[in-house]
Amino acid sequence: MLLLYDILRWEEKSFIEAAKKLGIEIKPVHVPSICGKVGRTDADMEDIALQRCTSFYNALESAIFMESLGVDVINRSDTIMICQDKLWTTSLLARRGIPVPDTYVAFSHDSAHKAADELGYPFVIKPIHGSWGRMLALIDDEEDLRTVIEHRMYIPNPIQSIYYAQEFVRKPGRDIRVVVVGDEVPVAIYRYSDHWITNTARGGKAAPAHVDPELEEIALRASEAVKGQFLGIDILEHPEKGYIVDEVNAVTEFKNTVAVTGYDLAKKVLEFAVERVKR
Amino acid sequence: MRVKCPICGEPVEVPDDVLPGELIDHECGVTLEVLMDGNSIRLKPLEGIKEDWGE
Repeated sequence: MLLLYDILRWEEKSFIEAAKKLGIEIKPVHVPSICGKVGRTDADMEDIALQRCTSFYNALESAIFMESLGVDVINRSDTIMICQDKLWTTSLLARRGIPVPDTYVAFSHDSAHKAADELGYPFVIKPIHGSWGRMLALIDDEEDLRTVIEHRMYIPNPIQSIYYAQEFVRKPGRDIRVVVVGDEVPVAIYRYSDHWITNTARGGKAAPAHVDPELEEIALRASEAVKGQFLGIDILEHPEKGYIVDEVNAVTEFKNTVAVTGYDLAKKVLEFAVERVKR
Repeated sequence: MRVKCPICGEPVEVPDDVLPGELIDHECGVTLEVLMDGNSIRLKPLEGIKEDWGE
């Protein structure tokens, strides 16, 4: 089994340690050091790889490269691509009838005002790509919107003229990070914060979450929609709609999840990977 | 083994079984990323992660 990584964080070390305990041979592969021939078939390659790159492009392209060698990557390149694009993810979820925040997309700075007309204030503008709660903007009024549009106009990246705008969900001071491995939900955490952004990377505090059948079902449906195998799914408790899926992470961190639940997630994922090889 | 810190110049203790991409917090306050070329090891300040996946 391969462990594809760029930075060796707590999570990647936990996979290496868990593999030792389980007697699984795992080869850490530092993706920035790779130079290999695409589609080479004479190489004696491992059957499966865990994708752990922190960089989206390292994750996507190394998954594509490994797949060209016949390696089964967890998660696959198409899942990584879908999950990196919030609009793509929301689109797939919505088409399957999975509850999501009311979401509008506007394809120019001018059209962003129409999203405000539809959603009303306050609403949220998110970058289509990105995580850790970075670059989110809570738009309270027209002046906030004007400010965000003006800033985005001067960022030299074409995607800045595409606006992913969502209703502001008045969640109960927390959201839920649900982990999916295969067709199971082994563990979940609440992320508490007084701030509307609840990511632990932004200071949100983690606590074990109760997984009821409804939460489990929505998480598994979301995973199926993006063809995921090992995902971190962010779910909000909407005051009227109940559980709604906010985001899906294809190379999920889980240090805080393990810290507050004690659940051995690395072991679970490795066992899942070994079962996939056997199939 | 000991490698020179690229920021403060003081020695940094690097474990023998270190892997490329491993992070080392040095006492001068910088987080260093391990780079390996064959048996040669060098350290560079962690630049941060430009594109990301988070918790």
